[in-house]
Amino acid sequence: MDVVNQLQRQFLDYSASLHREGFLDDQFTQLQKLQDENSPDFVVEVASLFFEDCEKLINNMARALEQQGVDFKQVDASVHQLKGSSSSIGAMRVKNVCIAFRSFCEAQNREGCLRCLQQVTHEYSLLKNKLQTLFRLEQQILAAGGSVPAIE
Amino acid sequence: MSGCSDKSFHLIRVGTMHHRPLIDGNVSGCLGVLPSHSEPVNSETNRTTSSCSSFSGTAYFLSALCVYISSFLLPFSTKTSSRINRDRLRLSNWESFAIKLLKGQTLTRYVKNKLELRWVLVQFGAFIVLCGATHLINLWTFTMHSRTVAMVMTTAKVFTAAVSCITALMLVHIIPDLLSVKTRELFLKNKAAELDREMGLIRTQEETGRHVRMLTHEIRSTLDRHTILKTTLVELGRTLALEECALWMPTRTGLELQLSYTLRQQNPVGYTVPIHHPMINQVFSSSHAIKISPNCPVARIRPAGKYMPGEVVAVRVPLLHLSNFQINDWPELSTKRYALMVLMLPSDSARQWHVHELELVEVVADQVAVALSHAAILEESMRARDLLMEQNVALDLARREAETAIRARNDFLAVMNHEMRTPMHAIIALSSLLQETELTPEQRLMVETILKSSNLLATLINDVLDLSRLEDGSLQLDLGTFNLYALFREVLNLIKPIASVKKLHVSLNLAPDLPEYAVGDEKRLMQTILNVVGNAVKFSKDGSILITAFVAKAELLRDPRTPEFFPVPGDNHFYLRVQVKDSGIGVSPQDIPKLFTKFAQIQSTAIRNSGGSGLGLAICKRFVNLMEGHIWIESEGLGKGCTAIFMVKLGIPERLNDSRLALMPKVPPNHGPAAFPGLKVLVMDENGVSRMVTKGLLVHLGCDVTMVSSSEECLRVVSHEHKVVFMDVCVPGMDGYEIAIRIQEKFTKRHERPIIVALTGNTDKVTKEKFMRVGMDGVILKPVSLDKMRSVLSDLLEHRVLFEAI
Repeated sequence: MDVVNQLQRQFLDYSASLHREGFLDDQFTQLQKLQDENSPDFVVEVASLFFEDCEKLINNMARALEQQGVDFKQVDASVHQLKGSSSSIGAMRVKNVCIAFRSFCEAQNREGCLRCLQQVTHEYSLLKNKLQTLFRLEQQILAAGGSVPAIE
Repeated sequence: MSGCSDKSFHLIRVGTMHHRPLIDGNVSGCLGVLPSHSEPVNSETNRTTSSCSSFSGTAYFLSALCVYISSFLLPFSTKTSSRINRDRLRLSNWESFAIKLLKGQTLTRYVKNKLELRWVLVQFGAFIVLCGATHLINLWTFTMHSRTVAMVMTTAKVFTAAVSCITALMLVHIIPDLLSVKTRELFLKNKAAELDREMGLIRTQEETGRHVRMLTHEIRSTLDRHTILKTTLVELGRTLALEECALWMPTRTGLELQLSYTLRQQNPVGYTVPIHHPMINQVFSSSHAIKISPNCPVARIRPAGKYMPGEVVAVRVPLLHLSNFQINDWPELSTKRYALMVLMLPSDSARQWHVHELELVEVVADQVAVALSHAAILEESMRARDLLMEQNVALDLARREAETAIRARNDFLAVMNHEMRTPMHAIIALSSLLQETELTPEQRLMVETILKSSNLLATLINDVLDLSRLEDGSLQLDLGTFNLYALFREVLNLIKPIASVKKLHVSLNLAPDLPEYAVGDEKRLMQTILNVVGNAVKFSKDGSILITAFVAKAELLRDPRTPEFFPVPGDNHFYLRVQVKDSGIGVSPQDIPKLFTKFAQIQSTAIRNSGGSGLGLAICKRFVNLMEGHIWIESEGLGKGCTAIFMVKLGIPERLNDSRLALMPKVPPNHGPAAFPGLKVLVMDENGVSRMVTKGLLVHLGCDVTMVSSSEECLRVVSHEHKVVFMDVCVPGMDGYEIAIRIQEKFTKRHERPIIVALTGNTDKVTKEKFMRVGMDGVILKPVSLDKMRSVLSDLLEHRVLFEAI
């Protein structure tokens, strides 16, 4: 029991820190609320889908920006998708970068776009790491026989 | 005359010829043996011839002279006659008059005269010719001449004599006529001169008339007072060639005339003259232009000339006072305000004022009066209009201020409402909490007092705030469907504790035909019932309280005691009648009317001790009135208890007809995760992540979710089984609107069509309007929380429409 409690406390602290640092926002909490007996791995599934999507989009964007004649429309579409995905999952930081990215796209500023792309990639990898850590903690709790505490 | 002398001469001549013996005349008439004849003639007649010839010589000379003179005169006489003829032809209108004047001569006489004159002319001609011929033939008689010549001579002489006789006779006849012709001519010349004068006069008058018309036109063409007056003066000056023209207007006091406008002097000095001058009075009393002396003070405005000042004329110009302006009064003016117009002829000229000029001045003065009155009317109406505009502006301002005041009052009330209630709430809550804790009896008493007082205060605040809102009529009922039975039960529950403390028995009697649900303001109805029942409890020391409620029947609706209350039963409303009977102190009949007035307390110590501010019944009355009902109290007197009765109009709720909603019972929100079991929904979203999230949400709520990722797939998959379609439309370029339209087209029957809801990231007005126009039933702003989704779905299914959920 102690272990479970400890793990649970760790989990909560980590969650709180993620929220505090702005990696995640309220939407993520909502997602966690949706997880129940019927869909126990809902959050993990959504997160993996998000990561896949993200990588694909980032690659698209990088390729588009490498071209001589940059097709800003395409880049914009990709950024929009990314923004939608990140807001759906609650990845606040990524979403904020996307917003800045979009304005650069509208201004057709290649340098700005490249900078944003770098930032997005950085944020995404950070988030990925953090979420993976969080999920690992969850698994550990479940393995120890406890239940994942709900975050208020 | 010449004829006479000639005639006499020829008579003499003939006589002379008789003296000569014509011896050889018969013998040698044809042969012309001159020498034989001439000699004896010469010898015998030398003496007589010489005496006769000297006599006849002078006579010849005289006659020749006369002939020539007459020959000269004749043309003149003919000329005169012809001139007279010409004159007669020109003055045809004078013709008859002239003729009549010529001592009653008739036209035939005139014609005859004409003919006679011609005839005389012919005669004279003939006479001249014959005379000349005679004298020429005489040339042959100087020497011996034949008898033939003498015969010819004699014949000629005879003829001449005859002609001259006739001429003389005719002349005797005609001379008076010729003389009178001369007088006629003179007369007609006079008439012609007179006519010329008349023509001149007419022309002058016409000229004047033209000036007047032009002047009037100028005056009438403007409505500006100053322009009118200036133009008048200028035009008058020009027309009449005046030296100076001035207009004197009466001052406000009416005692003086002030020089207002002048023609030549550029700046009227503002020179004033007292109005009661005899000359001025004279001018004012007559409507004509009157000549005044140049020494009159009004005429002395120009510098004293070195020469003789010209004549001065003054005329009055009536000024119409508007308040007395009536059409009927126009000729006789009801007010005697006049201005004075003074006109001066140039000095040092011999000009006099002519009648036609005076008339012109009078006409102009009248026109000016009319034009001035028009201008004055216009000024007046402009002023009135300006005044109205100002008043409008002021009224508008006042209205806006009043609105601001009302708004401020309402804001104040709203704020105070909240501000006053919050501390009260705190006090009451904390004191009741305090009551729960361990307290000494004194402390308990103190806390109870605090609680009671604060409750009282809270009630008072509520009452006052409600009343003030009721007073200005801004209170509106919150209509809603509610359960009547539940309402009464709650009232009973609230009142039972207090009643049991006072050992009062409360019973509730609800009629069986009372509908379960009603439409009305639940809160205020409860407030009213509570107040009435509360009063019953308050004013009863013991006994029982009976509450009855039933539907008022038509014949009982008209209460004889309340003649002003006319309830009209109808199909979708009914009248609820509630009676609360208590066995308390009662009310004396004369106090009953006072019960419902604000702050009026029955002057009885027992009642006063029970507390209360006296507002309760007043507020109840107002609520009841708002509900189109009536409230009254019956009591038989003090100590006999009283019954409070009120009737209010409540609506009958509609039956729910929608079949879909019948399938789906109304689920109260927050009832657990599986709020919508089996609800088939379709989710369309291109973005995989958000699609999954939405699906997760809906699955969590128990829905059966189908996912599609493109519009074509959506149109393919959508069917009448799907109750709701969630569409993500925030991807630019994708036309979510079109899909909505196409889905609508696919389902022709409205009840088969699924509810279409748009999920979007932006909520600007344009987008929202676009959604509504396309026919979407709702819009949800992403990100969607669980609770939001739940409430959205419940709203949608209940009302079938949800415009916006932020």
